[in-house]
Amino acid sequence: MKKYNKIISTVLASAMVAALFTGCGNSAGSGSSDSGSTAPADNTADTPSEDNTAAEDTNTADNADTGADTAAGGTIKLGGVGPTTGGAAVYGLAVQNASQLAVDEINASGGINGMQIEFKFEDDECDAEKSVNAYNTLKDWGMQMLVGSVTSGCSVAVAEKTAEDNMFQLTPSGSSVDCVKYDNAFRVCFSDPNQGMASAKYIGENAIASQIAVIYDSSDIYSSGIYEKFAAEAENQPFEIVSAEAFTADSKTDFSVQLQKAKDSGAELVFLPIYYTEASLILSQASTLDYAPIFFGCDGLDGILNVENFDTSLAEGVMLLTPFAADAEDELTKNFVAAYKEKYGDTPNQFAADAYDAVYAIKAACEKAGITADMDVSAMCEAMKGAMTEITLDGLTGVGMTWDASGEPNKEPKAVKISGGVYTAM
Amino acid sequence: MSKTYSKLNLSKTTKSNFITYLLVIIVYLIVQFLIAGGHMSSLMKGLLVPLCIYIMLAVSLNLTVGILGELSLGHAGFMCAGAFAGAFFSKCMQGSMPDMLRFLIALILGAAVAGLFGILIGIPVLRLKGDYLAIVTLAFGEIIKNLVNVLYIGRDSDGFHFSMKDSISLRLKEDGEIIINGAQGITGTPHDASFTIGVLLILISLFVIQNLVNSRDGRAIMSIRDNRIAAESIGINITKYKLMAFSISAAIAGVAGVLYAHNLSTLTALPKNFGYNMSIMILVYVVLGGIGNIRGSIISAVILTLLPELLRGLSDYRMLIYAIVLIAMMLLNWSPKAIEWKERIRETYFSGWKSGKGDSAKTAAKGKGVR
Repeated sequence: MKKYNKIISTVLASAMVAALFTGCGNSAGSGSSDSGSTAPADNTADTPSEDNTAAEDTNTADNADTGADTAAGGTIKLGGVGPTTGGAAVYGLAVQNASQLAVDEINASGGINGMQIEFKFEDDECDAEKSVNAYNTLKDWGMQMLVGSVTSGCSVAVAEKTAEDNMFQLTPSGSSVDCVKYDNAFRVCFSDPNQGMASAKYIGENAIASQIAVIYDSSDIYSSGIYEKFAAEAENQPFEIVSAEAFTADSKTDFSVQLQKAKDSGAELVFLPIYYTEASLILSQASTLDYAPIFFGCDGLDGILNVENFDTSLAEGVMLLTPFAADAEDELTKNFVAAYKEKYGDTPNQFAADAYDAVYAIKAACEKAGITADMDVSAMCEAMKGAMTEITLDGLTGVGMTWDASGEPNKEPKAVKISGGVYTAM
Repeated sequence: MSKTYSKLNLSKTTKSNFITYLLVIIVYLIVQFLIAGGHMSSLMKGLLVPLCIYIMLAVSLNLTVGILGELSLGHAGFMCAGAFAGAFFSKCMQGSMPDMLRFLIALILGAAVAGLFGILIGIPVLRLKGDYLAIVTLAFGEIIKNLVNVLYIGRDSDGFHFSMKDSISLRLKEDGEIIINGAQGITGTPHDASFTIGVLLILISLFVIQNLVNSRDGRAIMSIRDNRIAAESIGINITKYKLMAFSISAAIAGVAGVLYAHNLSTLTALPKNFGYNMSIMILVYVVLGGIGNIRGSIISAVILTLLPELLRGLSDYRMLIYAIVLIAMMLLNWSPKAIEWKERIRETYFSGWKSGKGDSAKTAAKGKGVR
């Protein structure tokens, strides 16, 4: 009797697992037939993977049922991937909100060539593995183009998959070099080396200082990426790096050692290629050490004036290279900030601006390439690849942005100085 | 059916082992069938290799926790060591030997490096027991992760360059490339992992662990778990057997790490994937599946990996619901009342099978006795 029990339990367990898999398979099948139904006339499938086309064949009955309601106009399915839970959630949420805002605006004003955009965002917890899962989930949903991932590591992992599927990918904020390794991937933000290079050149050309100290986060890809390029470029510039001190994610509250070293080495300028939370601590701690060099940062410093309990007078004279400042005076930024604040009750950061631009870049490229909702993913990607290099976008993060085939944006970083508690262009 | 069994005259444990292999193979065949038939979503296809990885991790940790009876919280550290060793090898040798051979060597290398770390860490750590051991393994896991985060290795025509500071101090020539770039880890590892390889590795790990458990060495290991003093008094070399279990467990985790590295093109040692969060996650698989119960670990690893993905429909509430479901499952499985209730149901409705309670409950009870 006992043997039967075991056999039955084995069979039941495997049946359970099988049911789990088939359950998902079926739902994906019907999902793809939904998206497939936007093109009832021809047999192009929206999703590139063969399983879904196969699923469609078996689900022709479904197709006929759902085919009627979406014959006109069509919708483009735009997916987004980024962290909406966990430590990096603030970036993911900014991208999610801003993309949604842009999509709503576009839809309200008639969509892309009359096609509405449907936007769906999936959480990746800032984990490369989960990011691939999120991407696959969106693919099952019928995504045709991807805005993401938000963070560099995840972007690299997802880019591998989009390249396999030949799906168009535009990352708003994945700044490491490998994010746009493949020709189907583009980005809106500057690459890390690009920022390091631009900072070094700016300091050198404007002869701001000759002795420079750097404090950077060695456990952060963004920060160490900028630092490395900055240090490499420094050799060609008329200044000298006299001290380069690192901290890590585990020790980012006390910077007195790094500051003391910078002070002792006689640096006139401290370069901070880091995010604003740590930078605000550095500024406060420098003032207690009576150390007042010029502080120079990158786009990560944007937002420092909004840090709670931070005496903004300490940030007086801080310079930063950033593509976006929430208190800029141009019409586009003002409208965006107002709309974002109204909808989400928060001041948008640079990630939000990048995402907003990403959606508009997709819109511009779609219009240029004459994308229609019934194109399959791969054909759409081929068309977008060409169109991306032909568009010029006046966005939040730059005027007259263009892209080249490598996926890098061409835009000028703006140098901003904090004076009187606001960012002023230099 | 029962006749053939008695004819073969297999022992109870052998039969139990074969059921485990059979379970894995049946699931594998079903999945292959579903893929061939086109009934598998891309999400599920993407999850197949991670499932294999987590199954291997759960099974290997069960060796330390269930069989050896020591609580280890540094399992992700071994996975990390294996992952980086394997990925490093693959990155260096890419193109200079056939892909399959390179991957095989990477797997072996990953196992060896993780096993070595297991021994190195085991020597001081296994002098402790219980909670003290758990905390020290936790610390070692973090050390491995942090070491990897400051390691810079590059290669140019002069050979390899090392640094613990930054990639500039590697002083690479023009033709050089950075292989391990500190916190940025290794990018561009070839994508060699597949579900078939994953399942093969699971079967091998199961084979190793189940045979170890039923061997002379395995019984020695379990005797240490059950009564250390008695084991010592009959001349069992406690350090040796503890180290054996600990390093085998680490080596299998290392193999899982290599698979992980060859499944994603980017490998970074973040708290998320190689920190103590991950170690605890693996421990959760083991505890939910039943301490000492290999088959249970497999099933719980599968369920807990799939669950957050299947809950994506709930969007913002996903992680909350996941936690609640986890609590509910733990209670349903392991609270004494729930076990009692399940017994009662079984007696009322399936009284014919009363004799066979299923070995999972028994082994679990055994495991609990130890703790």
